[in-house]
Amino acid sequence: MSEIVDDIKFIDEEGKRIDGRRVDEMRPLKIEAGVLKRADGSAYLEWGDNKVMAAVYGPRECHPRHMQNPSRAIIQCRYNMMSFSVSDRKRPGPDRRSIEISKIISEALENVVFTENFPRTSIDVYIEVLQANAGTRVAGLTAASVALADAGIPMRDLVPAVAVGKADGHIILDLNGKEDNFGSADLPIAMIPRTGEVLLMQMDGHMTMEELDLALSYAKKACQEIYDIQRDALHRRYASQAGTEDDNDDDDDLPDEEA
Amino acid sequence: MADEVVSQIKKGHIHKLLSMGRRMDGRSADEYRSITVEAGIIGSAQGSARVRIGNTDVVVGVKMDVGSPFPDTPDRGVLTTNAELIPMASPTFEPGPPDQNAIELSRVVDRGIRESEMIDLQKLCIVEGEEVWINFLDIYVLDYDGNLFDACFYGAVAALRNTIVPAEKHEKGDDYPMPLRHYPIQTTAVKIENSILFDPALDEEMVADARLTVTTDENGDLRAMQKGLAGALTLDEVNEIIDTSLRLSKGLREIIG
Amino acid sequence: MTNDVSRKEREIVIPGDLLEGDKLRPGAGTYVSDGKIYAAFLGIKSVKSNYINVIPMGGRYIPCVGDSVIGKVEDIGPSNWLIDISAPHPAPLHVNEVPWRVEFGDTARYMNIGDIILAKVLMVDETMRIQVTMKDQGLRKLQDGQVVEISPTKVPRIIGKGGSMIQMIKGYTNCRIFVGQNGRIWLDGEVDNIMHAIKAIRMIEQDAHSYGLTERVKEYLESVTQQDNVESE
Repeated sequence: MSEIVDDIKFIDEEGKRIDGRRVDEMRPLKIEAGVLKRADGSAYLEWGDNKVMAAVYGPRECHPRHMQNPSRAIIQCRYNMMSFSVSDRKRPGPDRRSIEISKIISEALENVVFTENFPRTSIDVYIEVLQANAGTRVAGLTAASVALADAGIPMRDLVPAVAVGKADGHIILDLNGKEDNFGSADLPIAMIPRTGEVLLMQMDGHMTMEELDLALSYAKKACQEIYDIQRDALHRRYASQAGTEDDNDDDDDLPDEEA
Repeated sequence: MADEVVSQIKKGHIHKLLSMGRRMDGRSADEYRSITVEAGIIGSAQGSARVRIGNTDVVVGVKMDVGSPFPDTPDRGVLTTNAELIPMASPTFEPGPPDQNAIELSRVVDRGIRESEMIDLQKLCIVEGEEVWINFLDIYVLDYDGNLFDACFYGAVAALRNTIVPAEKHEKGDDYPMPLRHYPIQTTAVKIENSILFDPALDEEMVADARLTVTTDENGDLRAMQKGLAGALTLDEVNEIIDTSLRLSKGLREIIG
Repeated sequence: MTNDVSRKEREIVIPGDLLEGDKLRPGAGTYVSDGKIYAAFLGIKSVKSNYINVIPMGGRYIPCVGDSVIGKVEDIGPSNWLIDISAPHPAPLHVNEVPWRVEFGDTARYMNIGDIILAKVLMVDETMRIQVTMKDQGLRKLQDGQVVEISPTKVPRIIGKGGSMIQMIKGYTNCRIFVGQNGRIWLDGEVDNIMHAIKAIRMIEQDAHSYGLTERVKEYLESVTQQDNVESE
């Protein structure tokens, strides 16, 4: 986190932020599920100026072999920023930051997937950031859990995530690029609304205990909001198939022998 | 890229259809799948485009920076092209640095842009021998359903056509559109047994014997070619592919915009 | 909507959704937490004989013993073949499990890489090691025709109640069709008819859970097969 810049006002007299939001207001979030053909599951997300694609393959044979677990699937996430997603071109390929983010996202997702159903396999999650504007790790995780559900992976719940931070002495929800660059604290968090379980959390900067309480209360409310948008994306994917049906459930039928 | 085993039945079916002059998806031999181009979708890039051909889906971004020219071209800007076959796009793509396929792909796209003199690189010189504009053309494949060569090329062309040189940011005067001289178009055809098919879908690509990519400019002149795969082409077939490529290029130029 | 009791509500559920159902028991595709039943899949809610189930919308094929599947030879060893059955892991087929007498090292003479076979799942252990067999009636190497893949969760829809849907497709197109539990479908017949049958299968796959599907597929097949008859006259 950069040092505090005194001459930038992040909150005006009316309590509005530089992009007109209230302190506890999220940037607009749109999610679409099932957008790629080849992947087993996918989701595309636009969140403020972030554009993120997530794809899932598996469960499939685990490579490298020595990573195989005889009793369950492993989740292998690869978070990547495209070279043109940031203002100065980023060299293609993984760096220490993206490797760390990949690890904590894998771990968050592992918590919700019924990995024990698929011994010796890998469930591969690919997150590509097309355009970045603060909060790409939480955007990536939010998209990834929708892609997992779209891939037909059994899971306990979806995983909404958001970042809360501090700028200009105020706790603010869902920092944008400027707020993130000049803010004084950042706290990305993933929380399952129904249970309140925290599956991802990082923090850097400087916060008082009171500020943390406020930040967590913003995050909790936002995760519920994000969760509803995630669910809506999955509903819309199959909207045409909802309704009623006159045929019976045929799941007890046997395969047809050739006539 | 690990190769997928093609089933004998699929191969046989494609061959059988071709012997009747037909393709799996009902297209004619020189017909492209539907092409969509969305230009300027990445705000953090100086130019960008997302191109879909059928289910094949690529995103291309242009980033520009000020740097030193190559010693042998002190008065010209620099073009660097890179393609990433990211594992998101296909179960056969593996993470890691670009492999042979990705490098061939980026070099073929680069050659078509460079040899057609699409970009006026001389106009991208700031101070001769010292400062020029460096163009990074970065290609990412999101979904692979055949014919990456053309999808990536159209993405590159569309991205360059909406690129704005970020002069202001680098204190080099006002921003201005990328100086362009020509408008190249590329087509790719494959040979399967004795049939020539344009815009191969994935299944066709997997059973193809030979491939020929042809780049022509708006005057109908050849600018670049690349023959690929282990099969051979006759000179008649080469001529047929070039003729068809020229015929298709007008319509393709309109679609790519 | 409708009060017709024979029509069931097709409710789409999402992982983590609470499935109401007093006195109902947790069935397939669900999990229990704090005594309540939740959906484990993105799928369709279905209640059957006191069990509440979620039928997944997609997902990989998970093999069960006895499943009839369509496999692809992926690799060959001296005493076995490795078969890809679209499951997370490939399945070995031992020379003792084929209908021929195969000498050690002579496997490639019988089946080669890329060959398509009808097989049955012989064994699945707790670490998901799979074995398949070709030693049962009708199991064999397939020649000619075409193979298409659909989501294995849509297989029951393609077959239809009591085989009604697949019989209808066969009837109109005159194709020989075999539907594997793993979502692979083999079809053989006249080229145009194969195309029509594939189109019908794709229609069912797309709209697997929508109302009036059978009628729409029937209309389509009627229109294309009649058209072909007119053209050939």
